[in-house]
Amino acid sequence: MTDSKYFTTTKKGEIFELKAELNSDKKEKKKEAVKKVIASMTVGKDVSALFPDVVNCMQTDNLELKKLVYLYLMNYAKSQPDMAIMAVNTFVKDCEDPNPLIRALAVRTMGCIRVDKITEYLCEPLRKCLKDEDPYVRKTAAVCVAKLHDINAQLVEDQGFLDTLKDLISDSNPMVVANAVAALSEIAESHPNSNLLDLNPQTINKLLTALNECTEWGQIFILDCLANYTPRDDRESQSICERVTPRLSHANSAVVLSAVKVLMKFMEMLPKDLDYYGTLLKKLAPPLVTLLSAEPELQYVALRNINLIVQKRPEILKHEMKVFFVKYNDPIYVKLEKLDIMIRLASQANIAQVLAELKEYATEVDVDFVRKAVRAIGRCAIKVEQSAERCVSTLLDLIQTKVNYVVQEAIVVIKDIFRKYPNKYESVIATLCENLDSLDEPEARAAMIWIVGEYAERIDNADELLESFLEGFHDESTQVQLQLLTAIVKLFLKKPTETQELVQQVLSLATQDSDNPDLRDRGYIYWRLLSTDPVAAKEVVLAEKPLISEETDLIEPTLLDELICHIGTLASVYHKPPSAFVEGGRGVQHKRLPARAGSGESAESPDVGQAVSAVSDAPPAVIPSQGDLLGDLLNLDLAPPTSNVPPVPSSMQMGAMDLLGGGLDSLMGDESETSASHYRTEVQSPQPPECSERELGGDVGGSPAMGVSLGGAPVGMPAGLGAAPAVGGGLGDLFDLGGGVGVTAGSYIPPKTVWLPAMKAKGLEISGTFARRSGVIHMDLSFTNKAMSVMTDFAIQFNKNSFGLAPAGPLQVLTPLSPNQTVDVSLPLSTTGPVMKMEPLNNLQVAVKNNIDVFYFSCQYPISLLFVEDGKMDRQVFLATWKDIPSENEAQFQIKDCHLNSDAASNKLQGSNIFTVAKRTVDTQDMLYQSVKLTNGIWMLAELRIQTGNPNSTLSVKCRAPEVSQYVYQCYELILRN
Amino acid sequence: MIGGLFIYNHKGEVLISRVYRDDIGRNAVDAFRVNVIHARQQVRSPVTNIARTSFFHVKRSNIWLAAVTKQNVNAAMVFEFLYKMCDVMTAYFGKISEENIKNNFVLIYELLDEILDFGYPQNSETGALKTFITQQGIKSQLQTKEEQSQITSQVTGQIGWRREGIKYRRNELFLDVLESVNLLMSPQGQVLSAHVSGRVVMKSYLSGMPECKFGMNDKIVIDKQGKGGTTDEAGKSELGGSSGKQSIAIDDCTFHQCVRLSKFDSERSISFIPPDGEYELMRYRTTKDIILPFRVIPLVREVGRTKLEVKVVIKSNFKPSLLAQKIEVRIPTPLNTSGVQVICMKGKAKYKASENAIVWKIKRMAGMKESQISAEIELLPTNDKKKWARPPISMNFEVPFAPSGLKVRYLKVFEPKLNYSDHDVIKWVRYIGRSGIYETRC
Repeated sequence: MTDSKYFTTTKKGEIFELKAELNSDKKEKKKEAVKKVIASMTVGKDVSALFPDVVNCMQTDNLELKKLVYLYLMNYAKSQPDMAIMAVNTFVKDCEDPNPLIRALAVRTMGCIRVDKITEYLCEPLRKCLKDEDPYVRKTAAVCVAKLHDINAQLVEDQGFLDTLKDLISDSNPMVVANAVAALSEIAESHPNSNLLDLNPQTINKLLTALNECTEWGQIFILDCLANYTPRDDRESQSICERVTPRLSHANSAVVLSAVKVLMKFMEMLPKDLDYYGTLLKKLAPPLVTLLSAEPELQYVALRNINLIVQKRPEILKHEMKVFFVKYNDPIYVKLEKLDIMIRLASQANIAQVLAELKEYATEVDVDFVRKAVRAIGRCAIKVEQSAERCVSTLLDLIQTKVNYVVQEAIVVIKDIFRKYPNKYESVIATLCENLDSLDEPEARAAMIWIVGEYAERIDNADELLESFLEGFHDESTQVQLQLLTAIVKLFLKKPTETQELVQQVLSLATQDSDNPDLRDRGYIYWRLLSTDPVAAKEVVLAEKPLISEETDLIEPTLLDELICHIGTLASVYHKPPSAFVEGGRGVQHKRLPARAGSGESAESPDVGQAVSAVSDAPPAVIPSQGDLLGDLLNLDLAPPTSNVPPVPSSMQMGAMDLLGGGLDSLMGDESETSASHYRTEVQSPQPPECSERELGGDVGGSPAMGVSLGGAPVGMPAGLGAAPAVGGGLGDLFDLGGGVGVTAGSYIPPKTVWLPAMKAKGLEISGTFARRSGVIHMDLSFTNKAMSVMTDFAIQFNKNSFGLAPAGPLQVLTPLSPNQTVDVSLPLSTTGPVMKMEPLNNLQVAVKNNIDVFYFSCQYPISLLFVEDGKMDRQVFLATWKDIPSENEAQFQIKDCHLNSDAASNKLQGSNIFTVAKRTVDTQDMLYQSVKLTNGIWMLAELRIQTGNPNSTLSVKCRAPEVSQYVYQCYELILRN
Repeated sequence: MIGGLFIYNHKGEVLISRVYRDDIGRNAVDAFRVNVIHARQQVRSPVTNIARTSFFHVKRSNIWLAAVTKQNVNAAMVFEFLYKMCDVMTAYFGKISEENIKNNFVLIYELLDEILDFGYPQNSETGALKTFITQQGIKSQLQTKEEQSQITSQVTGQIGWRREGIKYRRNELFLDVLESVNLLMSPQGQVLSAHVSGRVVMKSYLSGMPECKFGMNDKIVIDKQGKGGTTDEAGKSELGGSSGKQSIAIDDCTFHQCVRLSKFDSERSISFIPPDGEYELMRYRTTKDIILPFRVIPLVREVGRTKLEVKVVIKSNFKPSLLAQKIEVRIPTPLNTSGVQVICMKGKAKYKASENAIVWKIKRMAGMKESQISAEIELLPTNDKKKWARPPISMNFEVPFAPSGLKVRYLKVFEPKLNYSDHDVIKWVRYIGRSGIYETRC
């Protein structure tokens, strides 16, 4: 038996030789020839030319030969569909063979031949095999239904195979049950809404019975299927858990992980005070630890999952820190994952051990691992306050090793430690400064510069240090440039006398010589601040920073919940939802943890109760009377009349130069004299009370969110709320906001983007955007003909989509579109079209036809398009609805860099039909309660928290259809930022 | 589910390629070769995603096995399957090597067709497979109808791992308790972590369908019996070796699929119908009261920049009547070592430049003894600023007892249909403790 010789035939004319051998009379020779063919096929040679000859060998009673021919058929049938039909007779005959192994082989192979003509012939044999007396044939046939469904789903439905498959769940043979479950689960995945896998307590019971009897693989199929079931109440949930827990002792890690998945999911429904809940928690730890003695690849899968589990339920493994200690011989992927989990489990109780370990790891060989270990030490310091001092001294030890990447990594984390514990460990700065020259990575350089800027007053030669970085300013990465700019401005504000030249230099580098918009804008902002109002500049630039949080790399809770539902699978390995890496519609519907819906007395779970009371604690929010508003206003430093703003030439460059000159000069002088803000306040105070509300809103909007005493610099100025004229056109020009003047508050319309590039559509380019104008949704399209010939006969069609968008009329491109011509069309849309859930939700697939061809593209519309005009909810109704929607439907988002105050935001949002129902102010925080109604009648409730002086606001969205929340957030961001 | 399975040699040439799903094309074969096998960097993860296609791979000697998929499959299952696939191949033709795979490619295709259907793993128990997938090629006509249905019922049945009608003249069974003891110790002799992972491997040559019951000195069981006050026959040590009432706390255990898990869960009794021949009955892990057979005491002193003095003492810590074997101590040396002088009291020690270590071997050593090695390491002066990482000193050994303290109390065999009783079965028990990762930092 040396079959390896088949791999070596590579001479010319081989195909002809094989052909002759295949047609030989001698059985042995035939078999040899087929083996050669398969060997060639394996290494990637094209042997499809031999198709008829190989198929001729199919009629044989030698099972080995038959299997080889079948293997060939599966590979090439698709490329030779007409020839493949030759094989059908043999298949059909084999399906009647007295030997069950042959019957099964035939039906198994037939399912793998993806040729329409053959699938037609497959139906009858498959039907028989599904009812075969032999379980081996039935279990093979069950999988075959899934194969057939993959080729032709309609056929499977029409032939009633799905019902037969469902019947097999009650089969007496456990393996048949398992395969039927696997097949049904797969088919159900491609029909998310079908009720195919109708899981009810009876079927669940059958599955649980089969679970005890079937093979390890079958157990996995059944457990994975069970995980999709949502028990009716906590009792059912408990009884299923009780029957699943024995699986935790299975030798197969996949069985264990799938069981863990079921338990983690169903646990969610158990009341926490139940004894059983505690027992279950205890039972979960040992099997998870045991997974770490499996082979390294499985350890990796297990560790990725444990990472999720410790985030979801830290109590399970909190005493098991030691098992995650890294072994010298662990593969690197295992080491890195263990490290991650160690940090998650670090607590005051075990921190000493953890630190000792981490220090050990920091001397290892693998660079990535060492870096991560150093970073981990920093994270420990931030997480466990008591350990901070030890961590810092460990980091200092490491810096002393002078290993380049260790030093750099250490500096990056020390920066975070400074942020977390300000004014505590500054004594180490000197050591850090010694290593300045060895830093070559942007992140480390940026961190070091930040430290120098932040503690400039304590570092004697801060200016020299920063100046040394400035020499190669343009070769630095953006990260470093930005940090350097800020640091030097900080330095200047702290030591204005010595560093004037330096700041002038960096500002001109940033604004004039750089084409990075972020850098330039930041440069201008500082420039403006410094020149108009250094006090304000101080308050802005040297403002107290919010403390950094303990855990920066936690997985976002909704994603975590979804991933928990995918324990054991690839999604849990990648830490990404399946939709991120699976193509098409298969298996991408989002899974969620079951909600606690207890039976009987336990209905009132503590969490829910708390959430409700938290809401009702809030007094019914009242929009403050005008008087209050005015009162507030008086405390604000409002935009001054134009006369107070220094003259600004309209040319940007020129203006900047002037500004600096004037500004700096005056800075050197008596501060109070030039500090415009004081002066302005006086002017501002007698604000006329009869001022109309409209104007008020505008003025408030004009005051930037960057700081109360910021004065007139319209840094984050919202366009066109009436304030702009008062501030002065020059500034408006400077910040390129002039365009906004005079536009009344309306819904935000994103600029047109190219949806269909000309390359893909034979010269037709389509760009477009969406807009809602007086209650009608419009799709604004620009057609550009970039081809050489005239285009005519345009028409448009939409695919079914989530909100039933459809053209309300035909596409009006009347005149033919000649080359290089562009025509703009506005297509009104209705929302009465056919509905189908899309992924993402706001995806719209469009087909455009012209005289040349039909083109397809997809685009995404802002969901604000669907916000209707009567979306303002009554205050009482709002309150009731807010309470009524369960708290797990609440989603929280951060809106970053929005420099609007609450009234301006409210106004702006109203333009897009987001209505403020009530407003409440607590300290410096304004809370807006807002309602939105979608075209399909879904209501969305939102709470927007805006803190004065903080560019980041928090948005909580509550809705009965929580999948929409994320898109609403996107709209908020879009509207508020533009 | 699994979309395809490929086997490559070390050069990245395809030896076996079996595609189960339409979404996996030939280009996937090349993608893996280019991005993983030929990748310049060492592979950083056993799961790789290339162009929305996920590749799971394991390596056996220099053979790569890769499972490919485009779906969100059960990752743990895929790896378990790949290991199983290796086991099955090993059971059929021995070592997994390029030579063997090429020689048996037809057989491998046949196996792949059987154990993976549309990417779903099917029965992969070698015992069952060998009844109808043979290297000679099955003679379908020669089987009787009964034989056929016996095969299919075994493949799909509840007891898929054993066939009916097995007969032995001598009913015999062998139990091996194989433990590997793992240790990580600080230079000061503090135990940082220690655990025993053990396996109970059984070789059974029993007739019919025997019902077995296995008992050990599991703390939970012993405590329960102690409370009940009933000393049934199971309490007596039947297989010898168990001393007194010592019991051990087992952290966790897993069982071969033949063991009735629900019964273990409810009564903590281990009952099963064993497969024929050799298999692994259970695995377990303990962390409490472990007997650490050896203690390593390192002493490393840097004398200037070009010399290192190392002294290592090992102490054996078990009954003086027992003998440890195959003792090997591996002392890592820096990369810039130029010469080593070793003196040891016992055994042989050698500096192996290619492994950057001093390897000290001792054939046998009795309990409660002590031995010592000292070495002088000459270093080449380097201007490499980076300090030597000082890898831990590792140790290998084999001892004739179970470091966890586990004892087999009984293994009872009942075969109701055939007329042999528990007493007629010849039973053998053996304990072997080996070093797992047994390291002392220095």
